[in-house]
Amino acid sequence: MKGAIGKIKIAFLFAATALFLAGCGKENLTALVPKGSSAQKSMDLIILTTVVMTLVFIVVMILFVVVLARYRRKKGQEDYIPEQVEGNKTLEIVWTVIPIILVLIMAVPTVVYTFELADDSKAKDHINISVKGNQYWWHFDYTDDKLQTSQDLYIPTGEKVFIHLLSNDVTHSFWVPSIAGKMDVNPENENTMYLEAHEEGVYWGKCAEFCGPSHSLMDFKVIAVSPDKYKQWVKDMKEMDPKEKPETTVAQEGQKLFEEKSCIACHAIGPSPVAVGPNLTDFGNRTKYAGILEPTKENLVNWIVDPEKEKPGNKMTGKYPNVSKEEAGKIAEYLMQIKPSSVTPETAGK
Amino acid sequence: MSTTATQKRSIGAVLWDYMTTIDHKKIAHLYLIGGGFFFILGGLEAVVIRIQLIKPDNDFISAGLYNQMITMHGTTMIFLAAMPIILALMNAVLPLQIGARDVAFPFLNSLGFWLFMFGGILLNCSWFLGGAPDGGWTSYASFALTSPGHGIDFYVMGLQIAGAGTLMGGINFLVTVINMRAPGMTYMRMPLFTWASFITSVLILFAFPALTVALFLLMFDRMFGSAFFDVTMGGNSVIWQHLFWIFGHPEVYILILPVFGLFSDLFSTFSKKRLFGYTAMVFATMLIAFLGFMVWAHHMFTVGLGPVANSIFAIGTMAIAVPTGIKIFNWLLTMWGGNIKITAAMLWALGFIPSFTIGGMTGVMLGSAVADYQYHDTYFVVAHFHYVIVGGTVFGVFAGLHYWWPKMFGRILHEGLGKWTFWLFFIGFHLTFFIQHFLGLMGMPRRYWVFLEGQELDLGNWISTMGAFLMSVGVIMFLINVIITIKSPKAPADPWDGRTLEWAISSPPKFYNFKQLPLIRGLDPLWIEKTEGNGKIPPAEPLDDVHMPNNTFLPFLMSLGFFVAGFGFIYQTDHKLMLLPLYIGMAFALGCMAVRSFKDDLGYYIKKEDLEREAD
Amino acid sequence: MSHEDTLNPEVMPNEPEKATLEGKNKFIGLWFFLGGETVLFASLFGTYLALKNSTNNGPDTQELYGLGLVFLMTMILLTSSLTSVYAMYHMKNNDYKKMQLWLAITAVLGLGFLACELYEFAHYITEYGFTFRSSAFGSAFYTLVGFHGGHVIFGLCWLISLMIRNAKRGLNLYNAPKFNSFSLYWHFIDVVWVFIFTVVYLMGKVG
Repeated sequence: MKGAIGKIKIAFLFAATALFLAGCGKENLTALVPKGSSAQKSMDLIILTTVVMTLVFIVVMILFVVVLARYRRKKGQEDYIPEQVEGNKTLEIVWTVIPIILVLIMAVPTVVYTFELADDSKAKDHINISVKGNQYWWHFDYTDDKLQTSQDLYIPTGEKVFIHLLSNDVTHSFWVPSIAGKMDVNPENENTMYLEAHEEGVYWGKCAEFCGPSHSLMDFKVIAVSPDKYKQWVKDMKEMDPKEKPETTVAQEGQKLFEEKSCIACHAIGPSPVAVGPNLTDFGNRTKYAGILEPTKENLVNWIVDPEKEKPGNKMTGKYPNVSKEEAGKIAEYLMQIKPSSVTPETAGK
Repeated sequence: MSTTATQKRSIGAVLWDYMTTIDHKKIAHLYLIGGGFFFILGGLEAVVIRIQLIKPDNDFISAGLYNQMITMHGTTMIFLAAMPIILALMNAVLPLQIGARDVAFPFLNSLGFWLFMFGGILLNCSWFLGGAPDGGWTSYASFALTSPGHGIDFYVMGLQIAGAGTLMGGINFLVTVINMRAPGMTYMRMPLFTWASFITSVLILFAFPALTVALFLLMFDRMFGSAFFDVTMGGNSVIWQHLFWIFGHPEVYILILPVFGLFSDLFSTFSKKRLFGYTAMVFATMLIAFLGFMVWAHHMFTVGLGPVANSIFAIGTMAIAVPTGIKIFNWLLTMWGGNIKITAAMLWALGFIPSFTIGGMTGVMLGSAVADYQYHDTYFVVAHFHYVIVGGTVFGVFAGLHYWWPKMFGRILHEGLGKWTFWLFFIGFHLTFFIQHFLGLMGMPRRYWVFLEGQELDLGNWISTMGAFLMSVGVIMFLINVIITIKSPKAPADPWDGRTLEWAISSPPKFYNFKQLPLIRGLDPLWIEKTEGNGKIPPAEPLDDVHMPNNTFLPFLMSLGFFVAGFGFIYQTDHKLMLLPLYIGMAFALGCMAVRSFKDDLGYYIKKEDLEREAD
Repeated sequence: MSHEDTLNPEVMPNEPEKATLEGKNKFIGLWFFLGGETVLFASLFGTYLALKNSTNNGPDTQELYGLGLVFLMTMILLTSSLTSVYAMYHMKNNDYKKMQLWLAITAVLGLGFLACELYEFAHYITEYGFTFRSSAFGSAFYTLVGFHGGHVIFGLCWLISLMIRNAKRGLNLYNAPKFNSFSLYWHFIDVVWVFIFTVVYLMGKVG
């Protein structure tokens, strides 16, 4: 009963994998547990199309199993010649019309949602953030409030936040699976989409268009906080003093080194119109360093001393004079204490 | 010119025969060997990829090398493995199915093969010359423009040369089917494999030139400083995407339609029933091909083309499910009421039904634009296309090889070993790719060199890698099968109780195929003669001299010329001296064309008396 | 019965180019080839239309194109198509000498077209600094029009080779399909030029 064995084996595989996936993936990363309105719309269509196509699959498999069970050659039947059937017009019509109807069932909501998600006519009534993709980091420019940051994108919950995507080099793609589907970040034209988070949280973001050796190391985060906290964050970010002297001597030395080693040539702290490298305004509060490293001093020191090791092909390598481990330690100390706001990823329920 | 008497020939003579052959059956062997070699290469690249992804934060290979691996795996499998093996089957079988002695343009046939071979070799030379291309098999223009080193240049030149070969093959089969069918072989009496190959050839003809243009533009930007894709000069990288996918989408139908045709022949033969709904099957194939040209931008839903474009392409994409569904139901109804024999070939065909149906399902799901905003560029897409390409094309290739091995090589592949191969490969395949649907939705994008810890992607990736190992064992088993079959007994003309014309002549056929062109009395001509006649196909003409083409070394030389010129093009940006191989290579190739044109080659005749002496 | 006899019959049939299987194959084969070429040029036209306004601060289509010269080129090429039609007419009537004559005129006209085009390009480069590399528009223009010119060059090489090779041979069933294939190709190039004239130059002038 080879055909039946085949079916059992497939069923087992499905069941086994379904069991593993009972968790459906990591919270705030997986698209299967939507936490934003766009992701919810995508999920609605995912479910609709899956259900429809699974019904088709079941019909096909039932026919398949029945055919194999009934018509497999039995012993002594080698020479039996079955009736040669040319076809059946009715059947052809049935299995043409039904699929057309199924396609319509899937197509209509698809089109409706496509237009809904593309609607940016009311963008000017909402918060607008300019997102710039780079190899291998993300720049966020809050144009209305005139402040910039990178890697962690703060937004308020419960409202549409329009983001405008443009690349400074090659094509990237901005993807925060829990909140919204992705949109490409092209160098020649700006794309607009919106993020609408239902609840506070730290949501994982990934680059989803192949962009070079460190394409898989370009993570970012969307930090959704309540509207009040968001206002506070904006205020704190605007009011922070870039030149503020840190408290410890080590950090002060670090601040000096930050200029001497020409970090400041590319990395702004505080608002700045130009961004050659990531803006470090709220660096001390970042969920990850360089988008992917756990925020420990050791990781930061390693990154500063030899970035190529952490992110092959990154644009920071070789752009500044050698930094010893000791010097890097001081710079790290300085950077890690830059915490302009009380609104942090922790307050979003990290 | 090969003689009709069997005699031991030296290795050198055999080698020279193959290097100068224009016989479609030998060209089929060449395509199979070339395609098979690159399939192994592509498979090794896949295993390296899966080893790198066996656990999070792995450093089995560097990021740069990984990007080369994924690029070469995709490029090799599609252009250098799947397409050539399909061309092998088309070459081996199509002329026999329509009662022809060769294809319309035998010289062009050989040229097509050697261009593919040299293009593939050129592309793979990059491994040893500073690094393979690393922009993905789609080589999107924005990254591909600035990728350092010459990897992408090898991609451009290698594919341009190999692609030219494929285009020639397409034109060849089109003209062959139109002009060279035996008397009585009307269009609606052709087997589905021939029909599918015919329609595929139309796809090849209209799809490849778009790739040709895309490759030229990338070549010009990288080597000659033009500004097609360079944003700073007003260029636009989305143009590459359009051109590539206008080629790329029909390309995947090129990969699947011939095996659809093969499966029709297989289900029919091994159920002892004629194909259910022949007319509907023909028209469904045409509709799939036609619609296949209308949906390319479903690869670009996230580019920002706007809701109107996205909607149109979404609807078109979902519509292709209709003719495809028609085909699946007609296959099932062909088997319904039949006398089904499960040979190794049939087992692959049966395995195809659930596997490809799943792939087709996920294809429709991907077609819903807003859903695709989540699926796009994630492992969900990787799962989908492997389900259709492996579950469709690769299963079809294995089925076709089991089915037609006797016709191509005069022996039958070991059935038991073949069935073991199927089960190992089938299970490994589902293990590898089913879980990837979920990995994608759980947040794992494509082309990721590493996935980081703590994202709950570990187990799925590990299972996927285990499946890849299983698939490898299956492939090794198939190779062993091929080797042990060399010594197996000679195969009869008709080992499967076949229905179509190729089973009416010996296995393998004589080099002239048919002593006298056959007279066709209906669909499944051999079946008709078995049930209503004496089991032999009647001749359509009296015995007479047979006109055959001559062997020639020119296709090999011409392809060599382009190969050398390819190196010239790639390296002339570094040293002006490399303009020498460029010009010399091109001049040599064009010189070969001139030789071909100026030197009359009228072929030769096999005398009637010699044919009379031949056994039937 | 030998090859030579079959290919050089006493009385040449009507439509000698399709009288043999090879001839029939070549005829259909070339039509299909032209189908592929159509997609090739369509892709180039698409690229041109997308990029023709990306002038990178250089000259745009309205100030650049000189319609007078281009009109002359169009007339030359259209005439050369007509002369190739005459050549084929004589071929079908088995008048080898007249076919050769009209083919020669076709070749001369083709060369004339090329000369004008080279002059046009030189003019753009020296007067306006409008080159293949100066902007995306430049790259697209020179590639589209240049590919067409490349096809003209290839066609002329083909024609001249055919005429030289068959000069002493006369017309037979072996070379009739070859001449016919050439003339089909030549007509195709002419049609492509009509599109270029319209889409590139006329529409460019209008803006």
